[in-house]
Amino acid sequence: MRITDMTAVLLAEAIREGKTTAVEATEAMLERIADKDKELNCYVTVDKEGALKQAKQVQEKIEKGELTGSLAGVPVAIKDNLCTEGLLTTCASRILHNFVPAYTAEAVVNLQKAGAVILGKTNMDEFAMGSTTETSAYGVTRNPHNIEHVPGGSSGGSAAAVAAGECFYALGSDTGGSIRQPASYCGAVGMKPTYGTVSRYGLIAYGSSLDQIGPLTKDVRDCATVLEVIASHDDKDSTSLVRQDTDFTKALVEDVRGMRIGIPNDYLGEGLDEEVKTAILQAARVLEEQGAVVERFDLSLVEYAIPAYYTIAAAEASSNLERFDGIKYGYRAEEYTGLHHMYKKSRSEGFGEEVKRRIMLGSFVLSSGYYDAYYLKALRVKALIKKAFDEAFAKYDMILGPVAPTTAPRLGESLADPIKMYLGDIYTIAVNLAGLPGISVPCGQDSKGLPIGMQLIGDCFQEKKLLQAAYTYEQISSRVSDL
Amino acid sequence: MSKQYETVIGLEVHVELATKTKIFCGCSTAFGAGPNTQTCPVCTGMPGSLPVLNKQVLEYAIAVGLATNCDITRYAKFDRKNYFYPDNPQNYQISQLYLPICQNGGVEIETEEGGIKTVGIHEIHMEEDAGKLIHDEWEDCSLVDYNRSGVPLIEIVSEPDMRSAQEVIAYLEKLRLIIQYLGASDCKLQEGSMRADVNLSVRELGAEAFGVRTEMKNLNSFRAISRAIAGEADRQIDLIESGEKVVQETRRWDDASGESYAMRSKEDAQDYRYFPDPDLVPISVSEEMLAEIREKQPEFRDDKMKRYKAEFDIPDYDIDIITQSKHMADIFEAAVALGAEPKKVSNWLMGETLRLMKEREVDAQDLRFSPAHLATLIRLVDTKAINSSVAKEVFEVMFEENVDPEQYVEEKGLKTVNDEGALKKAVEEVIAANPQSVADYRGGKEKAIGFLVGQTMKAMKGKADPGAINRMLKELL
Amino acid sequence: MANIISDETIEYVGILAKLELSEEEKEQAKKDMGRMLDYIDKLGGLDTTGVEPMSHVFPIQNVFREDVVTNGDTREQMLSNAPQKKDGMFMVPRTFQ
Repeated sequence: MRITDMTAVLLAEAIREGKTTAVEATEAMLERIADKDKELNCYVTVDKEGALKQAKQVQEKIEKGELTGSLAGVPVAIKDNLCTEGLLTTCASRILHNFVPAYTAEAVVNLQKAGAVILGKTNMDEFAMGSTTETSAYGVTRNPHNIEHVPGGSSGGSAAAVAAGECFYALGSDTGGSIRQPASYCGAVGMKPTYGTVSRYGLIAYGSSLDQIGPLTKDVRDCATVLEVIASHDDKDSTSLVRQDTDFTKALVEDVRGMRIGIPNDYLGEGLDEEVKTAILQAARVLEEQGAVVERFDLSLVEYAIPAYYTIAAAEASSNLERFDGIKYGYRAEEYTGLHHMYKKSRSEGFGEEVKRRIMLGSFVLSSGYYDAYYLKALRVKALIKKAFDEAFAKYDMILGPVAPTTAPRLGESLADPIKMYLGDIYTIAVNLAGLPGISVPCGQDSKGLPIGMQLIGDCFQEKKLLQAAYTYEQISSRVSDL
Repeated sequence: MSKQYETVIGLEVHVELATKTKIFCGCSTAFGAGPNTQTCPVCTGMPGSLPVLNKQVLEYAIAVGLATNCDITRYAKFDRKNYFYPDNPQNYQISQLYLPICQNGGVEIETEEGGIKTVGIHEIHMEEDAGKLIHDEWEDCSLVDYNRSGVPLIEIVSEPDMRSAQEVIAYLEKLRLIIQYLGASDCKLQEGSMRADVNLSVRELGAEAFGVRTEMKNLNSFRAISRAIAGEADRQIDLIESGEKVVQETRRWDDASGESYAMRSKEDAQDYRYFPDPDLVPISVSEEMLAEIREKQPEFRDDKMKRYKAEFDIPDYDIDIITQSKHMADIFEAAVALGAEPKKVSNWLMGETLRLMKEREVDAQDLRFSPAHLATLIRLVDTKAINSSVAKEVFEVMFEENVDPEQYVEEKGLKTVNDEGALKKAVEEVIAANPQSVADYRGGKEKAIGFLVGQTMKAMKGKADPGAINRMLKELL
Repeated sequence: MANIISDETIEYVGILAKLELSEEEKEQAKKDMGRMLDYIDKLGGLDTTGVEPMSHVFPIQNVFREDVVTNGDTREQMLSNAPQKKDGMFMVPRTFQ
């Protein structure tokens, strides 16, 4: 086995046992990136020198016994919307083409404390707005399973880097499916935790009430391990939760007996690719065989989630992105006449099309005369969607379904029709509106060899149930494939 | 002018709260630091930064609300007010629109005719201040200092209940006193810690409906407020009389020219797109929280005045002046508590203190001498350790540097000389050296003795008790 | 019930959002926004009478900090990304005439 193919937890173990070192692992990974990334473009920035320097320091600490955690010495890739002190952070936008933050996102600080080595910053849809990583100002990222296809998005760089062995694990952010969907497209495990579980401090906001940081990993064990490290209460984030139950690795138990799993009929209807449907139902059967109680039910309101989401996310984004004005940081137009022209030119030249589209929509739905009809209406629908989930979780421990209606589309197919692209978020988006945890676990491939992901959705704070079911499924299916 | 008009005025008063730190971050609010030295990612709007509410801001806002008879909103939120301007680093201001912390209050003011009227308070909300823009003529650009960005403000929005500049000023004075008594702000108009925007409309006397109003900004003194109100009322009446319409707009007062001008811009849509800030969580005000804040409320001026009238034998005029500043009232009460006679304390405050405040342009709330030192000074005079002119000299030093008068008198050798022999010697010398005055006195000119007292005092270098000199002169003559 | 977005609306939204669009972009934006609003209008079909708008998904309340200075002078870092600066301040086009 190549070192770069190891999982994060196994690598950390090998480093602890002295079989390899953080430096060796980092060097191997940098080599792998040099080899693969010209083709895939997973990274916006690779911090070669910084990574090697960190690796040496971390290795020393491991040897001195100062770092003993289960991720110590393991190189990680960070989505480029997470601020990293002294390291270029672009949000895949021209408007932040030269932005070097003076602070590090809390989730990344937690990783650093645990001995992580930061390899670089991964590509994404500009400001996390997109489902394909094609809206990046720094070129598209390609799907490692087939480079003619997108990796998904917005955390496409992170997902592709994990799948291609260009990092041991990665961090992403999920506003409407941006971790789960690329994980599904790339055959990685990706989890969006309960809103407030991971501090948003230092995450460049898209839709503040929806954004959550989470792991993209090679397997469920890594996922639980990373989540355990990045989850923390943070005084700097008012929406950060105090949780006592963040020992997520405790949930790595192969047992789903008695678990009640509901499959929404609404998630299996029109628009769902047959191959994806078959794979999802097959995965459900595996869990059923292990003792889970699987049922179909009507979740309801599914078709309202996307319009509610795009109203709320666009509104918040229009406000969140006002700070990019060419004054304090980032791109400023070269020529302008006066202040307001400077604003308009800098922003028009600095933002890409999709970002502008959402800013304009968001400004409109908040504007005088439309606020009630659009924004407040969407918040009311959000309340109803939350209620529908509450009712579902009164009956079920978790909801099982697809992550996306199809496998990864071909490059260039999605952007032509934004609404069609937005429809692809139908199974992931409601989870963000309701603040729930969701995980994407690989459950097969289509006939073109593109990965398919199964999504498990839990009630708030029920990550452990999801991890346990996902782990059980992963264990069973890996034994089956080994046969 | 054929018709009679009535001016209708409502006020939006911004008050900078006296917290140590900003409303949403741990940066200092201290005045006078170098530009941008009190800033962080939060108050400069860096990407990824998040606000966390300063508890003291909420407590001050509730305290002001209670003191102005407001209902305290039990479930309050912050909203974002979106507009682009360089002093506003996020290009939205965190404020409160939909659920402000205090609502439906009011304060009583005295009218010109001597009556009492209530000015309603529509709401009080919390928000963040903007940074400061400095114009750079040299480079023909503006420079931004974010030290003030994020300094906590409350905005007190009145009902359109005022009808004259006099009422406006009475209302502002009332607010200022309440807020100063709470210690929630120093409320200085000139320094911008209290800022009033005037919403004004005119209507024919007796009319029911309000006229179209304008909002006047940049009013930095009571004088500017009075002038702006008169000017704007006239401008609006002229418009109406000449058949034109008043346009609803924001105007900026230029005190130098005594005129206002519209702050219009086609880039200024005045559509703030308020929505609840998702980065801040709602505020739920519990009974316990309210009780705690109520408990801490000070005795406000009206109650204090009543109590002084009952407790202390000092003129109403003195009471009025002393209670105009909580700080001065605190000095008064503390000095009295230390045993000084109320009338004497009051005399020092009304006399020398007010004189020096005027001469040196010091606000009552910035008085530096301690009540203990004032009490000591009074005791020194009472026990004739120093005479009254020495006392005034010492007080002047206390006023500037809060010196301990006892120590100061000792060090500078200002104590009254109580040596009978030395005094007698001095008096004898003065009598010998001024035969004419002696003759005048003996001839019945009582006044002549004053000159002799003065000469003796001079000989004693001022350190004598004038009463003692007088007695001795009379004995020897 | 198709939403027709007027030139004035696009112009107005451009002022609010501080975006300057070319004629071509404006036409595209009119089309895109119209389609999005048609789509969002779907929400109108759902009866939300008596439903409180949910701005915050969890009932977390009263998160405060104490009034204690925790930040020192970090001016150099705050200014380090500024496109233009002078005398420790951010430089911008003049704000008033």
